Amino acid sequence: MIGLSHYLTVAAILFVIGVFGIFLNRKNVIVILMSIELILLAVNINFVAFSEALGDLVGQVFALFVLTVAAAEAAIGLAILVAFFRNRGSIAVEDIDTLKG
Amino acid sequence: MTLVALFFYLFAAVMVASALLVISSRNPVHSVLFLILAFLNGAGLFMLTGAEFLALILIVVYVGAVLVLFLFVVMMLDVDFAALRHGVMQYLPVGATVGLVLLVELVLVLGAYTIAPVIAGAPVVPIPPPDAMTNTEALGHVIYTKYAFYFQICGLILLVAMVGAIVLTLRHSSRAKRQDVGAQVSRRREDTMEVRDVASGRGLQL
Repeated sequence: MIGLSHYLTVAAILFVIGVFGIFLNRKNVIVILMSIELILLAVNINFVAFSEALGDLVGQVFALFVLTVAAAEAAIGLAILVAFFRNRGSIAVEDIDTLKG
Repeated sequence: MTLVALFFYLFAAVMVASALLVISSRNPVHSVLFLILAFLNGAGLFMLTGAEFLALILIVVYVGAVLVLFLFVVMMLDVDFAALRHGVMQYLPVGATVGLVLLVELVLVLGAYTIAPVIAGAPVVPIPPPDAMTNTEALGHVIYTKYAFYFQICGLILLVAMVGAIVLTLRHSSRAKRQDVGAQVSRRREDTMEVRDVASGRGLQL
């Protein structure tokens, strides 16, 4: 019988893979953005799993909103990436230090 | 019920494996393709939980639009990805440590959580039985009434994202001829037109 904890386990593994991917690909912004997408997918799986377990539709509604924001975030991130690549000819994270932050 | 379990383990295993390949493959195009595979299997998991609308939205909107956008950008940028991979091993220990700590914490949470009876007993919007109403219909009944405000905020976020993406990437080409509305409106008749008397048979010296 597949229950809530199965889904939570899969989502936890996916989340950790996403975080690990951010660390592993420190230089490559594109793969960092993909890792963020993985993390958001894990969050959505959690929402949907709880929605089913509690018999409450609100989890699915919220997952829909998360999906919207994730799509907007991906579009803006890629646009910034393209603009940055045009200016610098590189997408290495180390080069993004103009603000000396 | 065993069929459901079988499909759950299939989707979950393929999803986790392709997620690992997303972060570890050398070629970003392969990363994007594995991300597509991960999202398709995630959609399968959604389908198993009964969230059919979200599963199909994930395939249509996410795989069809967002991940293809990723693919376009990866193929458009002329980046030496092999050079970017250089020094990955340097970050492996700290990444593995953080990942392991996070995983242990999450497993500890998974082993110890209980759902409060107040929450478990009273869903805000109960999921209607499948034979009474489809999942899409049920979501529509909620989104357009109770959560209409949030739905419109979502539209606003998408609008801002669209405007932002266009502003960030639009480049004006100097060769293109563009309409200058201000110049057109402020143009006056005296500046551009002149009425002259032309003598018959003499013509006009410009």
